[in-house]
Amino acid sequence: MDKVARLGLGSGVYLTAVQSERFKTGCLSVTLLTEHTKKTAALNAVLPYVLRRGTAGLPDMEAIAGRLDSLYGARIEPTLRKRGETAALGFFADFPDGDFLPGRPDLLSPTAQLLGEVLLSPATSGGRLRADYVESERDKLIEDIEAEINDKRSYAGQRLVETMFRGERYGVPKLGTAADARKISVQTLTRHYKSLIASARVEAFYCGAARPDQVARILREALADLPRGGVREMPATLVPETGDIKPRTIVERMDVTQSRLVMGFRLRGLDRARDTAAMLVFNAAFGGSAASRLFLDLRERLALCYHVSSSLDRHKRALFVSAGIDCGDFKRAREEIMKELGSIADGGLEEWELDSARRAVVSSIYSALDEPTGLEGMYLDRAVLDESLHPGELAALASTVSAEAVRDVARAAVLSHTYLLASEENDAEKV
Amino acid sequence: MLRKFEYAGMGERVFREELPGGLRLTVIPRPGYRKSMAFLAVNYGGADRYITRDGERAETPAGTAHFIEHRMYEMEDGRNALTVMGEHGANANAFTSPDMTAYHFECVDSFFENLELLLKYACAPIFTNEAVERERAIIASEIRMMEDDPEDGLYYALLRCLYESASVRDSVAGTVESIGKVTPELLYACHGEYYRPSNMSLVVVGDQDPKRISDMAKKYLGSDALPPQPRRSRKSEGMTPFALREESARDVGAPMFLAGAKTAYDLRGEASVRFELTATMALSLLMGSASPLYKRLYTEGLINETFGYDFENSAGCSYLSFGGETQNPELVCLRVLDEAAHLAAAGVDREFFSRRSRAVYGSCIRALGSFDSICYNVAAGDFSGYDYFDTLSVLGKVTADDVRAFLGEYLTPDRCAISVITKKER
Repeated sequence: MDKVARLGLGSGVYLTAVQSERFKTGCLSVTLLTEHTKKTAALNAVLPYVLRRGTAGLPDMEAIAGRLDSLYGARIEPTLRKRGETAALGFFADFPDGDFLPGRPDLLSPTAQLLGEVLLSPATSGGRLRADYVESERDKLIEDIEAEINDKRSYAGQRLVETMFRGERYGVPKLGTAADARKISVQTLTRHYKSLIASARVEAFYCGAARPDQVARILREALADLPRGGVREMPATLVPETGDIKPRTIVERMDVTQSRLVMGFRLRGLDRARDTAAMLVFNAAFGGSAASRLFLDLRERLALCYHVSSSLDRHKRALFVSAGIDCGDFKRAREEIMKELGSIADGGLEEWELDSARRAVVSSIYSALDEPTGLEGMYLDRAVLDESLHPGELAALASTVSAEAVRDVARAAVLSHTYLLASEENDAEKV
Repeated sequence: MLRKFEYAGMGERVFREELPGGLRLTVIPRPGYRKSMAFLAVNYGGADRYITRDGERAETPAGTAHFIEHRMYEMEDGRNALTVMGEHGANANAFTSPDMTAYHFECVDSFFENLELLLKYACAPIFTNEAVERERAIIASEIRMMEDDPEDGLYYALLRCLYESASVRDSVAGTVESIGKVTPELLYACHGEYYRPSNMSLVVVGDQDPKRISDMAKKYLGSDALPPQPRRSRKSEGMTPFALREESARDVGAPMFLAGAKTAYDLRGEASVRFELTATMALSLLMGSASPLYKRLYTEGLINETFGYDFENSAGCSYLSFGGETQNPELVCLRVLDEAAHLAAAGVDREFFSRRSRAVYGSCIRALGSFDSICYNVAAGDFSGYDYFDTLSVLGKVTADDVRAFLGEYLTPDRCAISVITKKER
């Protein structure tokens, strides 16, 4: 059995350690949690990449890569995740378990040391982050933002979120905007960096064969230079009370073969802690699995699309549906999606559907617990949500969610925005 | 009979059996895991385009293998076995590559109920006219989705440059036009030719009883009256590209390119593993993120983190590729080829070679953590005549001179083709 321990490593610094003999790869992550805002999104997005360019002792990427190669291809990769209105940025490291390598080397300590060095001892010039690194990573961030258009499904999803949550922090794109990215300077980024390492909540995660107390000791050493002072409260995601919502439809045209439909719903009146399991089971039944209503109805029965699915942001209590359709099928697809939602809200889910949805949720949680990366993601979510339930307890709850609770989630869903990325040549009247 | 194999270096114990009908079964135990995965692979993919009809070889439309994959899992009562597995909480799916069609599921309970569905329905064809028509619309939607993916476009454009006639140049899913020619009769003919136990591999990873898996596999796929047919015919092509360049303009954020070269044909057995590891080492030493060239190109702003390289060996064709987003595809390509020429002449740094070799060793261990990766690699090894678990011992045989020879032979201007997508002006 895996042993899970949660330990404090210092002011606002926590470690979740999963001790397990099952894996051949160990993982270690260090994540700074901070508010996701328009002002800071681009700064947060660029920072891990600038830090990863070089440290005081290993001044460039080649030197860092050489060190990682000598640790049997250990990896230390920048991470940037948006969890509700929280930005989670830092580094994820993984390395082969020494038991499977010649000479059985310990790779945890040197990888942790290097991770600490990348985070806390960047290459600097005159007390600031190196200008050439900042400028080059800023330009790359701008390119990344401009390249978001390449993936039409995620681009359409992002456009919906930007529009639907305008005025809320949630509506700010994960990478920020190109205009904000252009404003990044050595001064602003250095200031932001110093403020973050001093005051952001730090979540470390480990999964592997080492004992939690050993990991804590190694990490305390690796993070010894963390200048803690005035640690801010854990950032929260706001879920505003919304009055009557008048659904809006936005159509944008582009040179695409297939149109992308995205619909955004607010889940009103639900309680994050109380209704989490019901939200997950509802999503699985609605469009989150191959036995779901949207898959079986829109794809298998009506052949309206190849891809259709629903997803949930339980941080923000929002529901999204995404489908790739022919432009001419827009109205029909939207009607069918609303019809299925209405049917679930009317208590139309059959017992076998509910049971499959429960099992899909339980299965996805337990499957994630069988992978170091899955474990890391689940425990990060748990930390951000300040959730008391362990993933296994959440799975147990999901397995007993009632038909009424799932129906109530469907009833709580209120359509806010519909976004269509439409092909150019289609007659505008069709949509 | 199930036989146990030990691979001490990798910490692996594996059970294997060849069933009476020729199906190859591999069970890889994972004690203490809740999830299990089963993977049933057919040695038939998008690039296998010929069947025997009335004693003659006949060409089939692009996308036929993928069409069959879409229509499998149909049950006698009209339900779909994928959906039934979903009802058990399993995550079930299928894919078609140029040389493999695979049906798989991952679950945390009801493993044997799901395995029975997989073995019974992933190979049992029910191709009605109505079902084929409905599926045509779904696949057309999938094809249109892929047409909007610039990376997919870039990739096939490169393959069309490299190969004159090899079927890997056509998209696995085919085109809306080519799948228009698919009929139930054609699907039955292709299924009959390729879906035979002797042409299949079953791989299971998880904490499950190997004997019970073997018994169930024997029940459904334990006999095969027909011998495998000759297959994978391909016109011979040389090693130079068919065309040097293809370019198109699309709605993308930044220009991107993919360059590549043909490397070998019909690699099999240990030689194919050794060639692939040599290619991996050569490409990473030349332009991997730890290489001096990568640092220079990155520092000059010519590449970003999308830059990468790959080596593929499928359906008898092997090729290398490299690319990413850049404002200057030709210059990046030129710099890569210049560096390859330099390394081929001067040799690779021995210390760097040994570090990279160690890193590749670590990545082989890391791959054992992914159920998907194990299943795919074991099945691909079965079809290509090698044992995936021997990879580490083969890695030890790759030398710096192999790498140098690889760079000198394949990364030369006359061998390389390039596919480019420029930004469409709006």
